[in-house]
Amino acid sequence: MIVDENAARAARLAATLVECGCEIAARLTGRGDLQDKVNEVQPDVIIIAMECADRDTLEDMSRITRHQPRPTVMFVDRSDSESIRAAVHAGVSAYVVAGLSPERVRPILEVAIARFNEFQALRRELETARSSLEDRKVIERAKGIVMKRRGLAEDEAFRLLRKMAMDRKMRLADVAREVVATAELL
Amino acid sequence: MPLRLGFIPLSDCAVLAVAAEKGFFLRHGVEVVLSREVSWANIRDKIAVGALDGAQMLAGMPLAAAVGIDPVAPPLVTAFSLDLNGNAITVSTALWTRMLAADRAAALTRPTTAAALRRVIDDDRQRRRPPLRFAMVYPFATHNYELRYWLAAAGIDPDTDVQLTVVPPPRMVEALEQGAIDGFCVGEPWNSLAVHRGLGRIVVTKYEIWNNSPEKVFAVTRTFAEQQPALHQALLRALIEAAAWTDTPDHRRDVARILADDRYVGAPEPLLAGSLTGHLLRGPGGDGAALPDFHVFHRYAANFPWTSHAMWLLAQMLRWGQLASPIDVGAAARRVYRPDLYRDAAGAVGVAAPEVDLKSEGVHAGPWLLQGSRGSIAMGSDLFFDGRVFDPGDVTAYLAGSALRAPQIDLDALAALNP
Repeated sequence: MIVDENAARAARLAATLVECGCEIAARLTGRGDLQDKVNEVQPDVIIIAMECADRDTLEDMSRITRHQPRPTVMFVDRSDSESIRAAVHAGVSAYVVAGLSPERVRPILEVAIARFNEFQALRRELETARSSLEDRKVIERAKGIVMKRRGLAEDEAFRLLRKMAMDRKMRLADVAREVVATAELL
Repeated sequence: MPLRLGFIPLSDCAVLAVAAEKGFFLRHGVEVVLSREVSWANIRDKIAVGALDGAQMLAGMPLAAAVGIDPVAPPLVTAFSLDLNGNAITVSTALWTRMLAADRAAALTRPTTAAALRRVIDDDRQRRRPPLRFAMVYPFATHNYELRYWLAAAGIDPDTDVQLTVVPPPRMVEALEQGAIDGFCVGEPWNSLAVHRGLGRIVVTKYEIWNNSPEKVFAVTRTFAEQQPALHQALLRALIEAAAWTDTPDHRRDVARILADDRYVGAPEPLLAGSLTGHLLRGPGGDGAALPDFHVFHRYAANFPWTSHAMWLLAQMLRWGQLASPIDVGAAARRVYRPDLYRDAAGAVGVAAPEVDLKSEGVHAGPWLLQGSRGSIAMGSDLFFDGRVFDPGDVTAYLAGSALRAPQIDLDALAALNP
């Protein structure tokens, strides 16, 4: 069972797990009643995105003796600190239900960690691309301001900005932002 | 590297938010980044792997870790209580109507007992209806213990007569609206939201169940406390000053404004301001009687980590079978609660601290004075609504006198460990 508000990520994870021979019992977005769903679907393993608040519901189910099944969080022995670290940093957690041994579940979690990391990397790439586009725009604007105010040619204005950045140990884009902000004030 | 501290979007993350927004952390030379978390399990796991250096926690969480019933958590300590009170039990409008019909006098008595609810439950049982469902927020949450305490005092067995489930705080109102639950125990502003939307009725506040009872704590790993004592002290000094600021009545509207931001609670400011300024609406068009102690952030020695508070919480873990084997309750409490570290920080910022670690609960019906390090401290009442007294010197007798306790507790073995 996969609980993830990110449908695209859940779909990719599901596809990979099926390739590995798993059967996906349910894919939830984490908005319904998780306790009822677990009781109904009876999964062996629950993979849940850490950004889903429903984790606490699973925590509680693991301690109620009269309800079956009883999911327990992976790594209860804490011996596997590297895996738990990797999972937390990737933002995913796993709950084992029907007394499966951690050895059988570990490969499933490893797949989940890998898929979650892929999505994080993808998001970072998008952010980098967006910010470098914004950097280029602000540098162009600063260059235009310097050219106009100092009566410099384009390459001279660029060299001046670069020297300011080096002298002040700042990124070129940050110096450009300051130039633009100051020009807006005056 | 700034310290990363976690919190959950609730009104009682106020002291952490104020410490960051009003510059108390910086004044004490600590650079802090606050991290909004969606679940208590995430806070526990991020602390365990070092992704957080400290966090707002339910008072039961570090204790559960210390007695081995939450094996994922590392050893934790707390030297600072973030607040007293702050929660309430809310039932759906439909259940409230049934409670009024079943026993109007009991439902309208303050503090409201669960006697009317018991009549409803008895009626359901006769008609072979499924049990009512109540939600709280975490197995080791004060909410769990308060709700159980309130139910059990009316003879309702929280494990068999109702069904208890966990729902994350921001989802409580939605679950009530969908009929997935019939009532809940949660912190603000989520009770007020249910009332505001005409979906529920606040039947009893945490203050009414146990006057000035412990709620959230600020916890760090024991390793952090041991390896970074100066940094830990600086954090505590900042938190004590932030708590004093937060508790000032004139500042409560500012607190509501800070918390309304999406970086903190992300709820409408008027909704937050209600309970923060001591005006809680119990029902639609209901009375907005003043409840000045609904949230207590500093006065009444609220920030002091009372070892006896920890012992009461451990006693609840025993009472409800979460803790299956007997333990030395005082020793377990002292491993986690560090009043000595609080006293050091309080002394440094000129705040009076209690000189004793333990106090009996349920013995003061009104304001009283406690001898502190800098003269006497004005304390608040500490009554339980059912009149019981918790003497930390005799946990076994307290549990022996608690009805509906888990059958597996061996009271003789417990007495042997707690002489």
